[in-house]
Amino acid sequence: MTNHWIDIKNSDCVLVMGSNAAANHPISMKWVQKAKDNGGILISVDPRFTQTSARADIYAPLRSGTDIAFLGGMIKYIIDNNKYFPEYVLNYTNASVILGDKYDFSDGLFSGYNPNAKSYDKSTWAYKKDDKGLLARDESLQDPMCVLQMLKKHYSRYTPEKVSEITGTPVADLLKVYEAYSATGAKDKAGTILYAMGWTQHTVGVQNIRAMSIIQTLLGNMGIAGGGVNALRGESNVQGSTDQALLFHILPGYLGAPTASLATLEAFNKARTPKTVEAQSANWPQNIPKYSVSLLKSFWGDKATKENDFGYAWLPKLDDGQNCSWLNLFDQMYAGTIKGFFAWGQNPACSGANANKVRQALAKLDWLVNVNIFDNETGSFWKGPGMDPKSIKTEVFMLPCAASVEKEGSITNSGRWAQWRYKAVDPPGQAKPDGDIAVLLMNKVRDMYKSGGKSPEPVLNLKWDYVDAKGHFDPHRVAKEINGFFQADVKAGEKQYKKGDPVPGFALLQADGSTSCGNWIYCQSYNADGNNMARRKKDDPTGLGLFPQWAWCWPVNRRVIYNRASVDLEGQPWNPKRAILKWADGKWVGDVPDGPWPPMSDKKNGRLPFIMKPDGQAAIFGPGLNDGPFPEHYEPLECPVPKNAISAQFINPTIKIFGGEMDKHLTCDPRFPFVATTYRVTEHWQTGIMTRWQPWLIEAEPQMFVELSEELANLRGIKNGEKIKVSSVRGEVRAVAIVTTRFRPFKLGELTVHQIGMPWCFGWIVPKDGGESANLLTPNVGDPNTMIPESKAFMVNVTKA
Amino acid sequence: MGITRREFLVVSGAFGIGLALSKLGVDMGPVAVYAAELKIDKMKAAKQTITICPYCAVGCGIICSTDTTSKKIINTEGDPDHPINEGALCAKGAALFQTTANNPNRLQKVLYRAPGSDTWQEKSWDWALDEIAKKIKATRDAYFIEKNSKGQVVNRLEAIAHVGSAALDNEELWALQAMLRALGLVYIEHQARI
Repeated sequence: MTNHWIDIKNSDCVLVMGSNAAANHPISMKWVQKAKDNGGILISVDPRFTQTSARADIYAPLRSGTDIAFLGGMIKYIIDNNKYFPEYVLNYTNASVILGDKYDFSDGLFSGYNPNAKSYDKSTWAYKKDDKGLLARDESLQDPMCVLQMLKKHYSRYTPEKVSEITGTPVADLLKVYEAYSATGAKDKAGTILYAMGWTQHTVGVQNIRAMSIIQTLLGNMGIAGGGVNALRGESNVQGSTDQALLFHILPGYLGAPTASLATLEAFNKARTPKTVEAQSANWPQNIPKYSVSLLKSFWGDKATKENDFGYAWLPKLDDGQNCSWLNLFDQMYAGTIKGFFAWGQNPACSGANANKVRQALAKLDWLVNVNIFDNETGSFWKGPGMDPKSIKTEVFMLPCAASVEKEGSITNSGRWAQWRYKAVDPPGQAKPDGDIAVLLMNKVRDMYKSGGKSPEPVLNLKWDYVDAKGHFDPHRVAKEINGFFQADVKAGEKQYKKGDPVPGFALLQADGSTSCGNWIYCQSYNADGNNMARRKKDDPTGLGLFPQWAWCWPVNRRVIYNRASVDLEGQPWNPKRAILKWADGKWVGDVPDGPWPPMSDKKNGRLPFIMKPDGQAAIFGPGLNDGPFPEHYEPLECPVPKNAISAQFINPTIKIFGGEMDKHLTCDPRFPFVATTYRVTEHWQTGIMTRWQPWLIEAEPQMFVELSEELANLRGIKNGEKIKVSSVRGEVRAVAIVTTRFRPFKLGELTVHQIGMPWCFGWIVPKDGGESANLLTPNVGDPNTMIPESKAFMVNVTKA
Repeated sequence: MGITRREFLVVSGAFGIGLALSKLGVDMGPVAVYAAELKIDKMKAAKQTITICPYCAVGCGIICSTDTTSKKIINTEGDPDHPINEGALCAKGAALFQTTANNPNRLQKVLYRAPGSDTWQEKSWDWALDEIAKKIKATRDAYFIEKNSKGQVVNRLEAIAHVGSAALDNEELWALQAMLRALGLVYIEHQARI
């Protein structure tokens, strides 16, 4: 989230789209209710009338996979009706920047498309620059090639009638939502978006979010109280696990993973550190070399020296363009190239899209290590339905680990708050904390490598002293390493730091090896003041719910990021009644400012608010994504319509489509005529592997169900409560039918399309006959930027069982 | 029943419903004894620790009460001091008790499944970690890629993959990714990707 949970109360208009917050983040509704108590409204846009919809002032239905059409119509409405915030748009966004002459868009394709490679040459999306290298601009926002005019042109096709034809939303409902939400373009109004997998799990997932980011920047909702772009993340520490980079493409703190053509640290730093000549751009990423070098010092400790490039060569390198993300991982596993696998606190046999492929892939492994607190469909895959244990050679180790209350450490919520939590009891039986398991395992591996083996240096040179006096994993030692230390005596300004002192904050990290830091965005979390993540002070000086001394948030405890956009060029809040920040008596008052520099009116020292963009401004036109600089509606890979109503380009032209025997997909086919989506219930969590073993929770939600409309039920002769089968070209699942008015058929022009929905929290291991995973049905196709699978829009059939 | 609403609330709040009903003249005999013995007194003497809910990413505060004699968690409830949830919890957080050792389904033994077998065998940690370490080394030694086909130094291992976990603590995660990258893994993924 750019903002945080409590901040929702500051909003005048809460849009929940691509999320069912009431069911899946129930406590968030406490803050939505406070917003409503203060006169705000709640809008719910969802294919199904959900628990969130039941609390909403406005509900609008839309067909799964058509969010860009919906939001594109809103962008058109905002521009046509002059609802955008002019001073904000002019000063804080790239609306005035002029595009290069070669930029074009025609009938669903942007300029530079290579149909053989199914990718874009993005060079035609580059901005025009003047002879000084500065971005060419038209501050009157009239030049036909300026971003704002190109935005207007792009979305001119997204009329309410065309949008309705695609989404199935009645025009009147579209206009209701557009009118209500665009009112937050006013200086003293704040609109917030709460979204989740309903936006990310699509082949256009990133562009869904981009569309809303454009809306939020047009309306001046970024950086203000009650505004922002707020992802409701799904796991207690998925924010932390992303920050600590348990992903192939990043290193801790979102540094990009190194690639093979960047042979040296210098080449890496040069390639990954953007430059700008824009006078008032902070270009914070210019500091990347300080963070990468400090990270290497944390990896290799004293073994990382200037002479050996700080151990850069020991880090594994991806081939240029190599993509090792989830869908490719399981494709390689199915192909037999992956021999050993750790499923550590995760259940891919139920969470992976096209789960049959995942389960077959597991059977090809030589060895599998499964760490969990309960038995699960992954560790026990070899005795699952359809499996013949005699023919499965995989050696499986199931290691029992500690539950959350049986160890100490920090986790980071969706609002970037890192909160320390404590151990109540020892883990039961043989169970161990995951940290202990990692320490013991790696100690054994390192011992073995002392006697020889392939390329032992990185294994042996790893700094691996994160244990207490008894040899147990010590979270405090790691937390301090994440924060960082001075590795030499360093003088910074007036202050003298000694070797071994914690680094106070990332502004003092160095690129010369004199600091170590496991994760620059967590620098300050555990410094000389102590463990800031363990703080519990309830002061709230602004009254806006910042709670600056409760726990600690990244970066540098800044609670609302981009908050310099909440003030005008003089540093005065757009809305004095909800001031996150204010410049008074030569300093900032309120939240930690998103850059300490004076306001923009100080031409020399003032800085633009979007400090992580090289040019300092929010990108309405975004030339860096793989599928285009403006979001464009494309149909999901599996969809119910024969063509895309808005252009000749049917599906996202840049997605990777796997072509193997297990990679089946089928679109607009009478055998699978209904749109399906997946969702969750409050009582279960993710694959259900924790919650299905709990009697209290399984009693409340005992078995797999499918929700379908009365009209569809009539079509198939299905009665409420009957056993049914739902199938896609990839698999079949049995369920109980819930016939409901919460789903209504969609009218797409002349076509009537039915949609159904189901939870994905069940699996064969428990309860008996409780049902199987909905992921047996979902397609293994992903967004071209993130490769997140399209689990929210695919085609199925439903019949009586 | 001869008790005011205020008295009822005071009584039920202090002693739990079983005893409150007994004060109201309902004969709760054995229930009262059971409740008094088991939970109420133990709660008074319990050690309280703070935790954050392990489910969604709202990050609600929860208080665990641990009986100091049996060393078992006897109660979990919302932390009223936490500014986000203010003591409230959804069904999952409210059931945190059933993630603890109080749930007999918890994995408590190290298990091993041999090739072709249809059962688990119980093993020791030492044996299991030794075997896993040997397999890591054997796989890494066999499949480590020093240079790619272009002759560039890549020092990576594609034959071992890892997924997980958004449920681990930050400190465990940082150490885990350092370990995996030191081994040369590139197929490192988890819940954030899906």
